Amino acid sequence: MGIAIRGGRLLDPANGVDGVMDLFIADQQVAAVGGKPRGFRIEREIDAHGQVVCPGLIDLCARLREPGEEHRASIASETRAAAQAGVTTLVCPPDTDPVIDETAVVELIRRRAEAAGQARVLTLGALTQGLQGEQLAEMAALKEAGCVGVSNALAPVTNTLVLRRSLEYAATYRLTVFLTPMDPWLTAGGCAHEGVMATHLGLTGIPAAAETSMVARDLALLEGIGVRTHFCRLSSAGAAAMVAAAQARGMPVTADVSAHHLQLTELDLAGFNSLCHVSPPLRSPQDRDGLRAGLASGVIAAICSDHQPHEPDAKEAPFGDTLPGISGLDTLLALGLRLAEEGVLPLPAVIERLTAGPARILGLALGQLGPGAIADVCVFDPEQVWILDAKTMVSRGHNSPFLGRGFRGKVTCTLLAGKIVYQA
Amino acid sequence: MIQDVERLIQAIADDLRRLLKERDIVNPAVIGVHTGGVWIAERLRDLLDIGEPLGRLDISFYRDDFSRLGMNPQVRPSDLPFDVDGRHIILVDDVLYTGRTVRAALNEIFDYGRPDSVILAVLVDRGERELPIEAQVVGARLTLEPDENVKLTGPEPLHLVVRKRP
Amino acid sequence: MNPASVQLDEQGRLLHFLTLEGLTRRHLVEILDTAESLSGVAERRVKKLPTLRGKTVVNLFFEPSTRTRTTFELAAKRLSADVLNLNISTSSTVKGETLLDTLRNIEAMQCDMFVVRHAQSGAAEFIARHVEPHIAVLNAGDGCHSHPTQGMLDMFTIRRHKPDFAHLRVAIVGDILHSRVARSQIHALNILGASEVRVVAPRTLLPAFVEDLGVRVCYDLRQGLRDVDVIIMLRLQRERMQGALLPSAQEYYEQYGLNEERLALAHPEAIVMHPGPINRGVEIDSAVADGPRSVILEQVTNGIAIRMAIMSITIGAHAHDGRRRR
Repeated sequence: MGIAIRGGRLLDPANGVDGVMDLFIADQQVAAVGGKPRGFRIEREIDAHGQVVCPGLIDLCARLREPGEEHRASIASETRAAAQAGVTTLVCPPDTDPVIDETAVVELIRRRAEAAGQARVLTLGALTQGLQGEQLAEMAALKEAGCVGVSNALAPVTNTLVLRRSLEYAATYRLTVFLTPMDPWLTAGGCAHEGVMATHLGLTGIPAAAETSMVARDLALLEGIGVRTHFCRLSSAGAAAMVAAAQARGMPVTADVSAHHLQLTELDLAGFNSLCHVSPPLRSPQDRDGLRAGLASGVIAAICSDHQPHEPDAKEAPFGDTLPGISGLDTLLALGLRLAEEGVLPLPAVIERLTAGPARILGLALGQLGPGAIADVCVFDPEQVWILDAKTMVSRGHNSPFLGRGFRGKVTCTLLAGKIVYQA
Repeated sequence: MIQDVERLIQAIADDLRRLLKERDIVNPAVIGVHTGGVWIAERLRDLLDIGEPLGRLDISFYRDDFSRLGMNPQVRPSDLPFDVDGRHIILVDDVLYTGRTVRAALNEIFDYGRPDSVILAVLVDRGERELPIEAQVVGARLTLEPDENVKLTGPEPLHLVVRKRP
Repeated sequence: MNPASVQLDEQGRLLHFLTLEGLTRRHLVEILDTAESLSGVAERRVKKLPTLRGKTVVNLFFEPSTRTRTTFELAAKRLSADVLNLNISTSSTVKGETLLDTLRNIEAMQCDMFVVRHAQSGAAEFIARHVEPHIAVLNAGDGCHSHPTQGMLDMFTIRRHKPDFAHLRVAIVGDILHSRVARSQIHALNILGASEVRVVAPRTLLPAFVEDLGVRVCYDLRQGLRDVDVIIMLRLQRERMQGALLPSAQEYYEQYGLNEERLALAHPEAIVMHPGPINRGVEIDSAVADGPRSVILEQVTNGIAIRMAIMSITIGAHAHDGRRRR
């Protein structure tokens, strides 16, 4: 089907495109940019005047809760939320139940995502069996089954020998290793950043050192192995600086940050707001500024949602008894746009961190709209004002601290491989 | 009409002396209800030559309208520096109106012990009782308009002021 | 930051008593003055006031405690309230009942006040935000956050001996990190205008950024005690030795224990306080605990009057607003 998206501001940072022009799509691919190709039959026209047309967003971490926690959400419900949020590719971490350390689970997720047909779901395979941090997982098989990387999710590998060997093994198959830097002893029992807020509220704190000490350890172990490593969800300025230094030394290290860590800080915990209970915790305003600077300079190459939908019970309890996590798909783009509004980085750079940046980290030819590219497209109205409301949130999880807040910028149409999966 | 309060108190003291003689009461204890009743009780104690210190009652915790009005932020401690058991009490208040304050005061006194008798002396009786309570000694009786209030100001000098309710 | 704004109504009246942080001097003085009025009740023939007659107070203790629960019970009964004691062990949560479900079940029993003790910081505020509007919530201790009635009874005790807070120097010695009592004391002292509040402890027992609470840090006990008017000793729990926070009770006593020699460094008329229960020979010597400057037993007595005052004030505030059952 020949689709023409007309009159929008085409923002394709990977190809350096930023201007008002038309986009032509056929056979799941971008047919042309700018002028209509000869003989192109337009079967469907999408009016994008006054709107922005960009590559579909790529979210490096979204928990779909399936398999294993279907009472919270499902692949169908969350990919639907993704489609309405302009997210065309989601990366699912391996801490499902069962864990993604067997190809059968990779297959199951792929089939269910295809059946829902709302978004592309990529999986990260386990780094160690059962994520136990003791035995290597069958990374080669997982890669062949389609995993785009390996990870130990939120269970850090504390045995340095095992970690080093798993890094070497992953390097053999040129797999990118996704690490979450979280020292288990410094994190144990904690639920908030070890700062002024935790002291006032009497909450057990998690120092920034829980993150920086692990980043330091991991960087030291990476030396000489040459495996591509990605640090997931940095929360401290210190860790961002360490990653910057490693990149300056030429190490193949990347990092991402969650959209909420770029907006919120420990101060948002006032009143014991359990909707701000996240892991890693929201840290100081200085940390947020450091993360923003890292994002602006490109040291942090991607913004992700770290989507964790929960049922209401999980958040309706005294702070320390609640589960961490924010339902972030619905607000991923809007929070990104807020960064542009606040002057943290210009709009094309924000889009880059949501599209080409994550694509580069995954090593995939996604996140761009040059001729021949897969037609994953997001069209959004940058001026449309809307309020996040539990009744209209698409994700099954309504656990967001942004409920009731106003945003500017809403997705009006999403295409997945040339097929319209959402239209307002 | 503003009365000369000191003269009223003299008259109350005279009436009390007569009443105490009638009832053969020799060693009464005097209790004043905060705040106006205490000012009057202090003067009566002098006039009646009573050596024993005054009892002071703050009835905030005994009010029957606590459920409606809540706590009085200026509550003071009640202080009865004598044993109530077996004593004849002279209970003194400034204005007798619905009778609820006196009821609360009696309840409080009885939580301290069992007096042999209680004589109620008030500076002003403005009528409009809501409970079956009467004073044995009254300084002056007043009839007020529905929108008027009478208040004793003090402690020095003591004045009875009639005011329109705001 | 105005924390726990849920505890004040639009006129600034105390609907709940969750934390001292965010309250004004006026609030605290009203509580102290009201407690003063109530302190004579224990000497009367009838040790009761009719103020809360017909009201039901529920002690919701998620963390076991005989001492505190008993004083709350006594305070409620002295105000003629009916008292229900519910000790909710963690096994009911193991059975799957959420805190909210527990609350709903109890609310169905028509009560007027919950006195809550819970192991999680913020639990009392959580409960206050979720109960029916006519119910007053009193915090009997939530995690490491707040123990406001204890803070107030400590201020009441101090005021009886040192009426002028403005020139007061106070030293709080011990495990500040885990102490909800210390946090409440610090807030109260600062609100009442104490001239200096010092915290004395090893680094491991001090929370991060503790100065932000309005205190001066002293690692050295001798320095910390010099010329102070009030010394508050905190209890050292055995678990602290297991958690790699302290090497031994012996070393703690050597460095931070209060004995007569160290007491002499304080002002000659300094008073010694302790929220209890005391670990004799660990944080404090018997000679000091039982000595002439100790007001520890008074603190216990004062606890009842303070809790009576706070109960009267908060239930009274609900009456004022005419908050009806839904």
